[in-house]
Amino acid sequence: MRHDIVEKNIGLMSVLVVLVISTAFLGEILPLFFHKGVNEPIAGLEPLTPLELEGRDIYIREGCHVCHTQQIRPFRAETERYGHYSVAGEFVYEHPFLWGSKRTGPDLARVGGRYSDAWQRMHLYDPRSVVPESNMPAFPWLFENKVNHKHTRAKLKALQTLGVPYTDEQIEGGAAEVEGQFEIDALVAYLQQLGTVLPTKR
Amino acid sequence: MSTFWSIWVSVVVLGTIYGCWWILWATRKSQTTDSETERTTGHSFDGIEEYDNPLPKWWFYLFVSTVIFSLAYLALYPGLGNFKGLLGWTQYNQWEREVELADAKYGELYAQFGNTPIVELARNEDALQMGQRLFANNCAVCHGSAGRGSVGFPNLTDDDWLYGGDPDSIVHSITKGREGVMPAKGLMPNMTATQVDQVVNYVLGYSGRARDADAAEKGAAVFAQACAACHGADGTGMQAMGAPNLTDDIWLYGSTYERIEETVLYGRHNKMPAQEDRLSADQIHILAAYVYSLSNN
Repeated sequence: MRHDIVEKNIGLMSVLVVLVISTAFLGEILPLFFHKGVNEPIAGLEPLTPLELEGRDIYIREGCHVCHTQQIRPFRAETERYGHYSVAGEFVYEHPFLWGSKRTGPDLARVGGRYSDAWQRMHLYDPRSVVPESNMPAFPWLFENKVNHKHTRAKLKALQTLGVPYTDEQIEGGAAEVEGQFEIDALVAYLQQLGTVLPTKR
Repeated sequence: MSTFWSIWVSVVVLGTIYGCWWILWATRKSQTTDSETERTTGHSFDGIEEYDNPLPKWWFYLFVSTVIFSLAYLALYPGLGNFKGLLGWTQYNQWEREVELADAKYGELYAQFGNTPIVELARNEDALQMGQRLFANNCAVCHGSAGRGSVGFPNLTDDDWLYGGDPDSIVHSITKGREGVMPAKGLMPNMTATQVDQVVNYVLGYSGRARDADAAEKGAAVFAQACAACHGADGTGMQAMGAPNLTDDIWLYGSTYERIEETVLYGRHNKMPAQEDRLSADQIHILAAYVYSLSNN
């Protein structure tokens, strides 16, 4: 065997190593970039409004995705509890997606409209006031802080660059729309739209 | 998937398997014998050398079997581009079959419970157990695991109903949801601070807790103008609108002077989300029986 050739030419070895470790990417991920099933939004999918978008960033900032997934797998046990399984077309405008990997709390992929706004607010202010056995932390500061609107325009712009169909008017008006709103309003607005586009809920 | 990407995926997948196979055989060729030898690889560092023994046979065949397994797997399941696999398996039809099996298993029971009148069903232990599970999954988050509710979320065990406690009303509440709105200051947008104090005292008076008897007396006129249209002239409420009975000392938003004052000043807006998209008619029927049983058994 001519191991020596590879072992003694660090350049050649690097090329071969990169090739080997990228085969999974080349075979499993790259073709999906060009796959209609994952690139085309489902009917009726709209980009998040500026307020919902800021709510999403609060969701990320507070680490909600660490304990809550946003992906219902196609198992009966999950669809009975959470609703229709998630489909790729729902996440086309997500950058990055928030599917998560661990459920300390329940899945939130279809939490939109499931509870009233009042419940969401009470629950975020003090989870134990409505669910005594809950171990979710409370987020009282969301009720005091105003949404930071300084970067709203840049965020919308960045998403537009990535292919989310925001119009230029939406981008220009974005900051004004969220200015002065409390963080809790943004977060609840975001939560209440989750998973509501797919017409079949079961 | 387009033909190009389909071929691309197949080539990458099969190429990887071939690569594993090749490396397995190519390195095996260097083994001159299956038994242990005294030959070394020829490397020597600080006097440390390494034997050039062949891989144990069981180990080698384990590698071979992974290659065979992967080929069999790719023949049976989708993995090569557009090739569907001989089993025709998809995540979707796996889920569908799971649901079909469950329907076959529980369908009869659901149909049987679904056709039993709710009042009767509320005495059926099996149905109530099923209802309890459904309640825990879908309702307990707001109404509490025992159905006793909390501030803003009605207690379902006390036989005091905002929208009626008969089976049909319960089914309607679950199916279509409910939305109750009390405008700030009722029908008197110009209510003065004095009048607010008077009407709060008047309302507290229903349960004998008026702070200021004099104010409570004057509050009657304010109540008649601002509140009676929904809560009734006698304060017993109106279920058609979800206006609570104020005379039974059951308080959705708290019973203190401050809480009632808050209700008068800012109004209340409460919403129970509709469940018709999430639950089947039979499930709602069973749930209604469970909820009915909470205050009727």
